[in-house]
Amino acid sequence: MNILNDMRFRAFCYQIGAIGLVAFAAWTMFATASDNLAKQNIATGFGFLARQAGFVISETAIAYQPTDSIARAILVGIVNTVKVSLLAAILGTLLGLFVGVARMSRNPLLARLALAYVEVLRNVPLLLYLFLWYSLIILVFPPVKQALNVLPGVFLSNSGLVLPAVFVESGATILALIVCAGIASAILIWRISRQRRITTGQSNHGAFIACLVLLVPPLLLWGLGGVSFGWDIPQAGRFRLTGGLHVRPEFVALLFGLLLSVSASVAEIVRAGIQAIGPGQWEAAAALGLHRSRVMRLVVLPQALRLIIPPLTNTYLTVFKNSSLAIAIGYPDLVMVSNTVMNQTGQAIETIAIFMGVYLGLSIAISLTMNWYNARVALKER
Amino acid sequence: MAETQTLALPLGASKPPARRSGWFKAYFGTPLNSAISLASIAAIFLLGKLAFGWLAVNAVFSGDAATCKVSSGACWPFLAEKLRYMIFGFYPFEEQWRPLLALSLFLASCLVSMMPRFWNRALLYAWLLLVLPVLYILMAGGVFGLAPVPTSSWGGLPLSFMLSFIGLVCALPLGIGLALARASSLPAIRILSVGFIEIVRGVPLISILFMATVMLPLFMPEGVTIDKLLRAQVAIIIFAAAYIAEIVRGGLQDVPEGQFEAGYSLGLSYWQVMRKIVLPQALKKVIPPMVGLFIGFFQDTTLVTIVGLLDFLDTVRSALRDPEWQGIAVLEGYVFAAAVYFAFSALMGTYSRFLERHFRVTHG
Repeated sequence: MNILNDMRFRAFCYQIGAIGLVAFAAWTMFATASDNLAKQNIATGFGFLARQAGFVISETAIAYQPTDSIARAILVGIVNTVKVSLLAAILGTLLGLFVGVARMSRNPLLARLALAYVEVLRNVPLLLYLFLWYSLIILVFPPVKQALNVLPGVFLSNSGLVLPAVFVESGATILALIVCAGIASAILIWRISRQRRITTGQSNHGAFIACLVLLVPPLLLWGLGGVSFGWDIPQAGRFRLTGGLHVRPEFVALLFGLLLSVSASVAEIVRAGIQAIGPGQWEAAAALGLHRSRVMRLVVLPQALRLIIPPLTNTYLTVFKNSSLAIAIGYPDLVMVSNTVMNQTGQAIETIAIFMGVYLGLSIAISLTMNWYNARVALKER
Repeated sequence: MAETQTLALPLGASKPPARRSGWFKAYFGTPLNSAISLASIAAIFLLGKLAFGWLAVNAVFSGDAATCKVSSGACWPFLAEKLRYMIFGFYPFEEQWRPLLALSLFLASCLVSMMPRFWNRALLYAWLLLVLPVLYILMAGGVFGLAPVPTSSWGGLPLSFMLSFIGLVCALPLGIGLALARASSLPAIRILSVGFIEIVRGVPLISILFMATVMLPLFMPEGVTIDKLLRAQVAIIIFAAAYIAEIVRGGLQDVPEGQFEAGYSLGLSYWQVMRKIVLPQALKKVIPPMVGLFIGFFQDTTLVTIVGLLDFLDTVRSALRDPEWQGIAVLEGYVFAAAVYFAFSALMGTYSRFLERHFRVTHG
């Protein structure tokens, strides 16, 4: 038999061919790129990360100075990205739950209003909303010189909201230890109490005790003077406000835009998930004498979650990736910091590789977490 | 039926209680429901009053920037003055009938193509051989006495449509290929495809746009430059292909295994089975989600404004930044842009729902 007619041989050839083609393309690109870079006198490699950054970042969740390294600046960008997407995901999910429930309301007016909300958010690009919110903030609030002094120590202007900040003056370590221990023991108590409730069928005071364990020790510590707090009150200077906690308009516009878009998606996902559970489940549970709210919590929601989790994962991945639109309104997220680094050092390939790698890594992390949760709520066939 | 009723009534059947009509019960059935209804009515009334006041009562219908500055309502003169710029961008002013004609031709062709009864081979050829070349000639010029217009002058709404439509059309075969590769039994090909799809789906579109605009020139041999518009278009095609591949994969998984086996047992080759048996079934199922995807891409093309292309959102924003109108017509500009995006997206959404119904009716 001719070897060319052998299926396995042909499959082998196809695969070698495909790999060869990709490898050749990659090699050609690599060769041209290093040739071009050498001509432009740009050194390749990640050595530039250790260099001094030299640029200011307007919003830093971790300590950062322009004298820090570029690697540190990129880390600040990563933290900012995670901060805004995490907040948007949490707040957006809560808002979306409300809208989703309103969508299912038996009152046609409320259901239509919720539908209009969802449609208006879903049919207009997110970027347009970001620009709109940002320019509205700039337009509506007065310049910082005439900042509105809403409450003592609270200033509102078009460069953001400035609030008095609380910080721990002394005893931070012991407070952190006690809070961590409190959370751990509260979870333990909660689990034991749930186990006991399931085995004995009687309710107990587990939730109450868990709250006590969580709250009492830190309060006691504070009462006994083991920890003290200080206030950082903002001062109105001639040109700007100093001190306090500064919530910037870029952050607010981005957070607002992202959380609204999350809420629209979540509303639709929740509605579709709950409506997919047949009326028989409601009727059967009602026949057992369960109240509507308990039917929802004990019968419908556990089944609906299975349908809700996979699209919800997609929504969270989307909001995380959409936070990269920050660059359009000047919130210093990972992409914007990387862009600054790129313009300063000219290390385009390395910088883009870094931020794509970070996005890819975090996307995979989100997927894995949600898959783990999905496996937990999945149907357990007995 | 009428007979049984007359027989049954004298047997002591009580008259049914007087029922309130259906709509009344729906809105005011219980105290809670009444409260919700009243609150909703109040909200709708307030929003309506706000919108009406802004659009009509307090609006400025004639005048200039100075008149608008003192008014709290919408500024229609701004729209009237900037409309052509916002829609066509920096396209030469005297030549703007060309993008207008192109836009109308494009939308009319789309409208015809949206009707399932025209879905055949002739339509495909009409697009490839007639519509797209005519659109290109209209936009670029250079022949038939039309003045040439470089792509750097293209902008506004035609550009937005072009980026999303061409993106989808070119990404479709690529995405189908990727989906087939992902379902392939050859491990190396499957891994390459999975790697490509997951990497593209794991990063934001903006990073692929950056790659295409900043990185791609570094990979080109010296002296070769690719048009900026083309680079962004390539980025959108790559991005779209990965998402289309995932949708098509869903369609492929829906085709029963027996269809493949039946095809092979007839002696058809892999490509024949795919082309004649599997893909026609798979693709039909994924048309509605594909329309949904197109809505997303149409909105996502706004991101090209970040890498410096003059799409519709960008022309609107630069109209707002015009020194004469700066800070006066911000809301007007964005509301106009939002209305345009909303109209097209909502239309496509309705169409997607129509298709779903259509397929349920015609194909079980």
